[in-house]
Amino acid sequence: MRKEPLIPGIGVVTDIRRDTPDVKTFRVVGLDGKKPFEHIPGQCAFLSMPGIGEALFSITSSPTNTEYMEFSIKKCGCVTEWLHQIEVGQQITIRGPYGNGFPVETDFKGKDLVFIAGGIGLAPLRSIINYVRDKRENYGKVTIIYGSRSDDDLVDYEEIKNEWVNEPDFSVYLTIDRETPTWDGHVGFVPNYVKEVGLDNTATAVLCGPPIMIKFTLANLQELGFKTNQIFTTLELKMKCAIGKCGRCNVGDKYVCKDGPVFRCDQLNELPNEY
Amino acid sequence: MMKISLKNLPELYSFIAKKNDLYLPIFKAGQVDFAKWDKDAIVDLNKLKTTKSAKDVFFPQSQDLVRFEVDGKKISIDEPIMPTNKQVIFGVKACDNRSFELLDMAFVEDYPDTFYEMRRANTTIVTLACAKPDEACFCKAYGIDAADPKGDVSTWIVDGYLHWMPNTDKGIELTTEVKDFFELDMDNSAVENQQSEIRAIIDRLPYSNIDLSKFTPDKLLELFNSPKWKALSEACLGCGTCTFVCPTCQCYDVKDFKTKTGVQRFKCWDSCMFADFTKCAHGNTRPSQMQRYRQRFMHKLVYFPSNHDGVYSCVGCGRCVQKCPQMLNIVKVIKTLGEDK
Ligand code: SF4
Ligand code: SF4
Ligand code: FES
Repeated sequence: MRKEPLIPGIGVVTDIRRDTPDVKTFRVVGLDGKKPFEHIPGQCAFLSMPGIGEALFSITSSPTNTEYMEFSIKKCGCVTEWLHQIEVGQQITIRGPYGNGFPVETDFKGKDLVFIAGGIGLAPLRSIINYVRDKRENYGKVTIIYGSRSDDDLVDYEEIKNEWVNEPDFSVYLTIDRETPTWDGHVGFVPNYVKEVGLDNTATAVLCGPPIMIKFTLANLQELGFKTNQIFTTLELKMKCAIGKCGRCNVGDKYVCKDGPVFRCDQLNELPNEY
Repeated sequence: MMKISLKNLPELYSFIAKKNDLYLPIFKAGQVDFAKWDKDAIVDLNKLKTTKSAKDVFFPQSQDLVRFEVDGKKISIDEPIMPTNKQVIFGVKACDNRSFELLDMAFVEDYPDTFYEMRRANTTIVTLACAKPDEACFCKAYGIDAADPKGDVSTWIVDGYLHWMPNTDKGIELTTEVKDFFELDMDNSAVENQQSEIRAIIDRLPYSNIDLSKFTPDKLLELFNSPKWKALSEACLGCGTCTFVCPTCQCYDVKDFKTKTGVQRFKCWDSCMFADFTKCAHGNTRPSQMQRYRQRFMHKLVYFPSNHDGVYSCVGCGRCVQKCPQMLNIVKVIKTLGEDK
């Protein structure tokens, strides 16, 4: 018999790290101790606790990680609040992968890539950045611009400090919105920083973050000469099925769960402004 | 073709019901809806339209998905109970029958809904021609012929007889099982006369020739951005009646229910007309009733066709025309937006 897509499998949380005051990263394996399923960067999975609810999260770990899957989750609703209080060893349900993911084998191949993230927006980008790092020969230069409200809110991935900054042809720019006594790096909003770091406008840009950041960054990238077909972003809408059937997540004739969450900005411009 | 006197139908029902769950238009609580037949049921084959559509038979209002047991940090999942019963649905009108094909496009293409798929596979559909279509019907606009209702078996009621004609392998199988209840019917003229009468009535109905030509996927943005949606939707209560009676509305919710011993996850009909349908922790993509109203009709007339080779997700059954407490409906939308040049 065919498997019912809405029925999940069981996952086990094997590690929990606190990245910011309201973001934690959860490591998940299947009951057999292996990675629950294969995915491509940018795809999502539904996690749930029976009785609490199901919610969709982007998969933060890279597909090149063969041992487990990771999710960076910000506390902002019932499911996430529940997740934030669990301990290692907790079982959850998991189903996926869902969505189109980033075109890592097509549009992105051989390109210089600029990743621009705000706040928790780094979560989906972490998957593709680590993927690109592991398949270095397939891609050009990588620029990462990442900002948050404060240094406390910068998602604290080990690899930012220990790996990305040391990687040849990787440039990493971090910024926070307002000065704090503990921060000696750049201060300023992401959209403005994007104009300052000297981007090459032949690169392909990927944006992920709060809508307001996306809006201003998009405008500034276009000012720098980026065309909308060089810019990709992801959308986040309410979802229940993730398989294009429950009718909730459409923008025009596209279902974000199935046809997205990754969209090229010129394609997005052809859709109704309802996201 | 074969025929059976209407007087003998109860015997036929009881024979079919021995091996199948038999669904018929049944009068209950003041209205007629498809429901499981038993010997006390009041069958009403003359009712033109059941209040709710026939979609429950494949897409029930509530469907259990899976049951979980939670024990400390451990979760176990029970195997789902699949709908393996054989079903016969009898008396389906041409529009509702067509709606099953549209639901197939929604539920079976990509990530098939296994509950829906299994019910479809296990069900034999016996349709019935509409002797007297009413003024809210506009199935003809979608190329549906109420006089030739299709399905696995087509039937017509004329002069005290039900005329029976199988169309598919499933229909032939059922026909073989029930043939002893029927007499041979060599003269097709009774049915043919009724067919011409039905088609003549339909040609005179007010919405039969409603103009859908404006609703094409390439007009998506233009139609979406039309200033007319505001006035069109102003009276909408967001009650969702139109979506619950509609044979092609597919939206659902997935929910958990805590039982004494575990958690039951189920899915149930939902409505894009409801204010919280798209509301989540980050906000709401359709915060106004205008947007929700626009979504329902854009889905049926533009988005669905754009994803399914131009096929509209409406069968012209007229239920939303008759049931909306505010007299809003898809016909008004088609007329108002379809007029724009
Ligand atoms: S259109 Fe009519 S039936 Fe539908 S939600 Fe609005 S008021 Fe209710
Ligand atoms: S939109 Fe209205 S007329 Fe069309 S199928 Fe649904 S209920 Fe019937
Ligand atoms: S989440 Fe159900 S259609 Fe996308």
